[in-house]
Amino acid sequence: MKGVQVLSRLTVAAFAALLLIVGYDGGSVSAQTLMNGAGATFPYPIYSKWFDEYTRVDPSARFNYQSIGSGGGIRQITERTVDFGASDGPMTDEQLKKATGELFHIPTVLGAVVATYNLPGDPKLRFAPDLLADIFLGKITKWNDPRIAAANPGIGLPNQPIIVVHRSDGSGTTYIWVDYLSKVSKEWEQKVGRGTSVNWPVGLGGKGNEGVTGQVKSTPGAIGYVELAYAIKNNLPAPMVRNEAGKFVQPSIQSTTAAAAGAAKNMPSDFRVSLTNPPGDDAYPIASFTWLLVYKDQPDQVKGQALVKFLWWAIHDGQKYTSDLLYAPLPAQVAKHIEAKIGQITYQGKPLLAAR
Amino acid sequence: MSRTAAHEEGAAETLSLPRFVRSARVTGRWGDRLFRLLIRASALALLVIVLGLVVVMIMAALPSIRAFGWWFLFTSIWDPVAEHFGALPLIYGTIVSSVLALLIAVPLGIGAAVFLSEVAPPWIRPPISFLIELLAAVPSVVYGLWGIFVLAPWLRTQVQPALGATLGFLPLFQGPPYGVGMLAAGLILAIMVVPFIIAVSREVLLAVPDAQREAALALGATRWEVTRLAVLRYARSGLIGAILLGLGRALGETMAVTMVIGNRAEISASLFAPGYTMASMIANEFAEATSDLYLSALVEVGLLLFVVTVIVNALARLLVWSVGGAVKEVRE
Repeated sequence: MKGVQVLSRLTVAAFAALLLIVGYDGGSVSAQTLMNGAGATFPYPIYSKWFDEYTRVDPSARFNYQSIGSGGGIRQITERTVDFGASDGPMTDEQLKKATGELFHIPTVLGAVVATYNLPGDPKLRFAPDLLADIFLGKITKWNDPRIAAANPGIGLPNQPIIVVHRSDGSGTTYIWVDYLSKVSKEWEQKVGRGTSVNWPVGLGGKGNEGVTGQVKSTPGAIGYVELAYAIKNNLPAPMVRNEAGKFVQPSIQSTTAAAAGAAKNMPSDFRVSLTNPPGDDAYPIASFTWLLVYKDQPDQVKGQALVKFLWWAIHDGQKYTSDLLYAPLPAQVAKHIEAKIGQITYQGKPLLAAR
Repeated sequence: MSRTAAHEEGAAETLSLPRFVRSARVTGRWGDRLFRLLIRASALALLVIVLGLVVVMIMAALPSIRAFGWWFLFTSIWDPVAEHFGALPLIYGTIVSSVLALLIAVPLGIGAAVFLSEVAPPWIRPPISFLIELLAAVPSVVYGLWGIFVLAPWLRTQVQPALGATLGFLPLFQGPPYGVGMLAAGLILAIMVVPFIIAVSREVLLAVPDAQREAALALGATRWEVTRLAVLRYARSGLIGAILLGLGRALGETMAVTMVIGNRAEISASLFAPGYTMASMIANEFAEATSDLYLSALVEVGLLLFVVTVIVNALARLLVWSVGGAVKEVRE
C-alpha cells in the first residue's frame, strides 16, 4: 500500500515537472526543431560532427541524418520525405525536373580520390592523366610499360602484370574517379562514361574503400583508387598526378581546396560543377564537392529558418572541423558565392536569412 | 482387494466424466473457435506476405521487364551508364558458386555427421558439436574479411599456382591467379554452409532407429556396410533436406561472397576468374542507383533470385518425394 502511494505521488510530481517544462518552453523561444536528412555516406563523419557541435550554437536544433547513399538522398528529397538531402554527385537536369520545387545544391566540403598501388619496394610513382586512363582501360597491362617508365625516370619497374581494382558498390568515390578519367581521355568518355558505378573494361571489384584496399594490399601489382582521407589514415601510397597546368601535385587537403579555388572563377551559379581537372598550379586534379540539397522555397518557416542558420554556420565556423576528419575546407572565394545562394532560400517568397 | 479398489476408481471416473466433458464443451466452443481463427490468420498472413512480396517486386520491375523482355535473362552486359542490363552472368555466378560450395560441403558435412553419430566416442561429441554451432553463428562479414585477408592470398600464392601446374590443361583452372574469384567464393560458401549441413544431418542420423543398425549387424555387415545400407539409406530424405538448407543459404549469401568473388559481371569457364552473384549485385548497387530503369533492373534481379530459389526448392521437393517413394518401395 505504502509503495503504491509513493509511486502515485512520484507520478504526480513527474507530471507537474513535465507541465512546467512544456509550459516554459512554449512560453519562451521555441521547442526543439528536428530536421531530417538523408543521403551520401562519404560526408557522414563530418556531418555528424557538425550536427553535434551545432547543438552548442543553437540548442534547439536537432538533426536526424540517415547515410543511405546519394541515390537514396536524391530520391527522398525529391519526394519531400526529408527536409534536406545529401549527394556526392550533382543531380542531373532530368532529376531536377522531377522535384516539386527548385532545389539548391549547397557545397559543404571537398573530398579527393587517390590512386593507390602495391609494388615491391614501395617506389614513389607519379602518374600522367593518360596513364591512369589507359591502365583502367586495360591498354597498359605491365608495370614496366615504357609510358609508365617515362613518367618515372630512375625508378626500376617490375615486369609484372597490372591488376586493376575498382569499387564494386555504387559510390561517389567512383563517380569522382571516372569523371576525372572521362575528362582526360576521350576513349574513356565514349567507352565507359560517368556514373556511381560503371561497366569496367578490366579489373576486380572490391566492396567499399576497405575492400579495394584489402585487395590492393594483398595483391602485388595491383592498382586501385580510394578516398584521400582513407589513404592518409591507412598510410597507403598516394602518388602525385599531373594536373591541367602540367604540374605534378601531391594529393593533400591543401591541394584539394586549391582545386576548388581554381574552379572558383568559372563557378556556375547552381554549383552543379565537376571540379576534376581544374586549372591552377597547385590544384590536385581528382577532387569534388559534396552537396546538401535543399528546396529554394521552404515549406515550414521554423524548420527553414533553422536550416538556413545551420547552412550559414556550416560553411563558416563549421569548416574548422574539416581538417581533423581529413576533409578539405571550402576556399574563401567559393564560400562567398555560397553565402549569396543561402540568402536566396525563402519561405513564401520571403528570404529566410534576412529574418535572422 | 486390489481389484475392487480399481473398480471403485473406475466407477468414480465414469461418474465425474460427463460433468467434466460438459464444462470442457462450454469453454471449448469459444476457445477452439478462437484457436482455429488464430492459426488460420497466421497461415494466411504468411501467404499474404509472400504474395505481397511478389506483387511489389513485379510492379517495381515492370519498367525493366518492358525495356529488356526476355533479353534480360540472356545477355551479359551490365552497363549502368548506358542503361543496358543483362543478368546472365549473375544467374550463372549464383548457380556456379552455390554448386561449387555444395560439391565441397556435402561430402565434408555428411562425413562429419556420420562420424559424430556412428563412430565418434561419446566424449568427443559435445566439443565438436559446440564448435559447429560456433561456426554457424559467425557473422558473414567476418567470413568475408577472413576471405580477403587469409583465404584469397593463400589461394593466389599456393593453391592456384599448384592447380594451374597440375590440372592447367582443364579450362577450369586456367588464367592468372588473382586469389579472389569464383573458387574463393565457392570455398567461403562451403565453409559457411558446412555447419548447417552437419548439424541437421547429425540430428537426422541420430533419429535412425537402432533396430536398423542391429539388423544389419546381425546379418554380418561391416561398420561401413551398416552405415551405407542401413543408416544413410534410411535417412536419405532427411539428408537431402539438410543439403537443401545449405543450398538455400549459399544462394542468398551476400556479404561474404561479394568480398571475395571479384564482382565482375562476366561468364568465364575458369574458376580462377572473377564472377558476380545476384545477391551481391543488389547489395552493391542498390544504394546508389539513381535512375529509374537502373533501380528497376536491380529489382528484377531480386525477382529472378526469388524465382531461382523457388525453382531450386521445387526441384529439391521433387527429389525428396521421389527418394521417399523409393524408400517405401524397398520397405514393402
